[in-house]
Amino acid sequence: MSAITSKDFTPLPKERDMTDVIVRPSVSYWKDVFRRIRSDKVAVVSFTFILLISLMAIFAPIVCQYGYDTTSMGQGNLSPSSEHWFGTDSLGRDLWARVWVGARISLLIGLCGAIVPQIVGIVLGGVAGYFGGWLDMLIMRIIDIGACIPSLIYVTLIMLYFGSGPAAIVLAIAMSFWMDSARVVRGRMLQFKNREFVLAAKTQGASSFRVIFRHILPNILGQQVVSVSSAIPSAIFLEAYLSFIGLGVASPMTSWGQLCQLGASFYRLYPYQLFIPGAFISVTILAFYLFGNCLRDALDPHLRD
Amino acid sequence: MKEHLLDVRDLRVSFDTYAGEVQAVRGISFHLDLGETLAIVGESGCGKSVSMQTMMRLLPMPPARLKSGEILFEGKDLALLTDKEMEDYRGKEFAMIFQDSMTSLNPTMRVGNQMCEGIMRHQKVSKEEAKKIAIDMLAQVGIPNPEAAFRHYPHTMSGGQRQRVMIAMALSCNPKILIADEPTTALDVTMQAQILDIMNKLKKTYDTAIILITHDLGVVAQMADRIAVMYAGEIMEAGSAREIFYQPSHPYTWGLLGAMPNMIQDVKSELYTIPGTPPDLYAPPVGCPFAARCEYAMEACLKEEPPKFVTDGGHVSRCWLHDERAPEVTPPAGIPALKKGVKVDE
Amino acid sequence: MKKYILKRFFISLITIWLIATCCFFLLRTLPGNPFATQQLLSPEMQERMMEYYGLNGPLSEQYLTFMKNLLHGDFGSSLKYTGQSVNGIIASTFPVSAQLGLQAYLISFPIGILFGIIAARNRGRTIDYSLVAFSVLGVSVPVFVLASLLQYIFAIKLQILPVALWSSMKHTILPTITLAIGSIASKTRLMRTLMLEVITEDYVKTAKAKGLPAWKIVWNHQIRNAIIPMIPSLGMEIVSILMGSFVVEQIYSVPGIGAYFVNSVRSLDYTMTLGLTVFLAIFVVTANFIIDLIYGLVDPRIRVTK
Repeated sequence: MSAITSKDFTPLPKERDMTDVIVRPSVSYWKDVFRRIRSDKVAVVSFTFILLISLMAIFAPIVCQYGYDTTSMGQGNLSPSSEHWFGTDSLGRDLWARVWVGARISLLIGLCGAIVPQIVGIVLGGVAGYFGGWLDMLIMRIIDIGACIPSLIYVTLIMLYFGSGPAAIVLAIAMSFWMDSARVVRGRMLQFKNREFVLAAKTQGASSFRVIFRHILPNILGQQVVSVSSAIPSAIFLEAYLSFIGLGVASPMTSWGQLCQLGASFYRLYPYQLFIPGAFISVTILAFYLFGNCLRDALDPHLRD
Repeated sequence: MKEHLLDVRDLRVSFDTYAGEVQAVRGISFHLDLGETLAIVGESGCGKSVSMQTMMRLLPMPPARLKSGEILFEGKDLALLTDKEMEDYRGKEFAMIFQDSMTSLNPTMRVGNQMCEGIMRHQKVSKEEAKKIAIDMLAQVGIPNPEAAFRHYPHTMSGGQRQRVMIAMALSCNPKILIADEPTTALDVTMQAQILDIMNKLKKTYDTAIILITHDLGVVAQMADRIAVMYAGEIMEAGSAREIFYQPSHPYTWGLLGAMPNMIQDVKSELYTIPGTPPDLYAPPVGCPFAARCEYAMEACLKEEPPKFVTDGGHVSRCWLHDERAPEVTPPAGIPALKKGVKVDE
Repeated sequence: MKKYILKRFFISLITIWLIATCCFFLLRTLPGNPFATQQLLSPEMQERMMEYYGLNGPLSEQYLTFMKNLLHGDFGSSLKYTGQSVNGIIASTFPVSAQLGLQAYLISFPIGILFGIIAARNRGRTIDYSLVAFSVLGVSVPVFVLASLLQYIFAIKLQILPVALWSSMKHTILPTITLAIGSIASKTRLMRTLMLEVITEDYVKTAKAKGLPAWKIVWNHQIRNAIIPMIPSLGMEIVSILMGSFVVEQIYSVPGIGAYFVNSVRSLDYTMTLGLTVFLAIFVVTANFIIDLIYGLVDPRIRVTK
């Protein structure tokens, strides 16, 4: 082994490059996140499922031979068959078509219901955290009190006031979700506001606008993407709940929750009318939930289980 | 060969991470005798804390893994003990204090109760006696009004007081070895001196051996009998405090000493810095780990890891410069000329 | 501590007042006439009904009457069920809902915490994966699907438990389990995360360095610190159990307050919705206030600093 000979004892040039030899492959943050997600089986499966459901929601009603609102007498309560894949409801409407139209509403509300309160939360929380003072005081007091009010009450009031419809549902969801993200963003803002790189930017004369958007937001955004992804299943859940207790979208428009509500009344005779849309809600929530977890782990490997 | 109190041989610890194996400690050996202070010095991430926590078996395994090595305590190999048997040694024979006393004390428990836990476990005494011992220890580390302090929660105390509590807690069962992991780093300078004084005083009273982990050479100078300089998971140089400070013989040690501000030094002279950063232990270099940053590096340093060379009695250094075939080099100003050494097989 | 209690109490009071006020104005200014659905009533009759229920005076006057009644503990009366006061409905239905909720609550909390501890202690082993799978499934299945599913399996197919109603202890089993499962699932997940966070804390290392046996470290240093952040979630759990109970009560025909609430919303029974909403709000806010106090008592850091 000792292959060291006397001629190996020549000094290396003093001016050689002494900077770090980087052994680990250098990858950008988002590339790394992407790589981690791709190597995570659960993430791939759940994402594929979400993609599939979304594509079906967009295209299935278009190519379906039955309309989601076409009633037909004498065709009511048919069990699933080659004719009607998911059977029909009491009015003879094809459930396959209704499930996919319902998917549009449920997914849309899930997405908007997660994004809208997040934006409100980022703006208000960011303002409160960055500028502080009386504005911070005011926003935090509102949150203090708002957090004490059970979300059910906002939701009921809003739904009653604005009538049932997708927009009202999103508003109701936004009202109950924005406070959490505002609180988180404010906390992160306070944390970053006094970090060295922000001070450095300020000493170079950067405007508040620039400091917020170029220096602080990019650091906060990753976490907020995660919280959007974990809010989607909650929003879908809330929509289904509201529709189930009769506060959701109005017939003939439908959503998964509403299908469940209609199915629930006759489910002892026709279990498929409840359990098919019920399974769709459950599995979709599951997929979003698992994907959200994987995304969180990928963005912040320290939290990894 | 006489038996040491603690004799660690060829300790290797790795972490199994997603990226692969990170070799945090790569074969270190050292020994410790009763009443002696050994300082382990090195940059953060060099494996000094990891090796101590492995000895105490405090690291979660996995991801950490003891690859090889013997940890002989009074002749008994601790590496072979079960976790259950190890509990009798922790706190009783070995005690440890950590850097951040804020996070090292349970925030929801009164400090007194936290002290009593260990005392009752090891000394098999009643709650009242444990309390007496704890209050006595608190008085010994210089906490005013120890009876009141006994009932405090950690967050109501100052950093220095908390660190005193940590010391009192660690020494309450008269351990033979006290491992102090950066005990003063989180404190301000005046408090540092007080804490070090207390440690020195108690060491004399109880004849405790101390392993002091630090990157602060000022602390080392105040405390250490012997010094081991660690770099990239290996001990680069080890010897008595005198030898390391007055006859340092490894270029990394020269760098460390040079980087320390010196009052006697010419004020105009610039503070020395070691260029670059330590190697990534995910893929350690083949040769000497310091070669990439070393001013005196030779071809040999890139080809093969240098063996240990003994220069004086117990003074060991891992550097090819001690080889007979190596050219003479001039060390930085103020450091005596390098001695050739005798290669020792491991 | 006194200051902390006072502050919380003050916030709670404001919250209740705010809810009552908002509910009042929003519900009273709702478009539409609550009696319009009852086609049998002539316009004069409607007018008389409005007067009888005090709905035709100026809004501010109505508000003052409402607030005055509220201060005396009177939540108003129903528009639809003639002669029924909201207080009467609360008195007859709330105990049922409270029993259901309390049973679910008392089951879910210890079980959820226990599951979380077991999962965290056995991290990466089969038992951890099965508990995590359970908790993920438990929060994914909406409560109405779960309720129907359990009813279908245990009452209709296996016929070992009653299908519906609320007349014996046996009747309470299915509704309670239905409500508890979601709650157990979320508790399991939260407790597992908290335990895993605590395990890496330095003070756990200190405890280990003292040579304490594993069970003592888990009990004194891990569970103790992991449970404290669970306490605020107790309050949120009340709301989610309450929301769940509305659906569960409907599916299992439990004569609780939820069915009345949902019906009042559906049938535009404004005064009843108003009364029940304010009552439920007072209940939730009070419960949260108590939980906040417990939190302050348990966590020494809050006790001193706030």
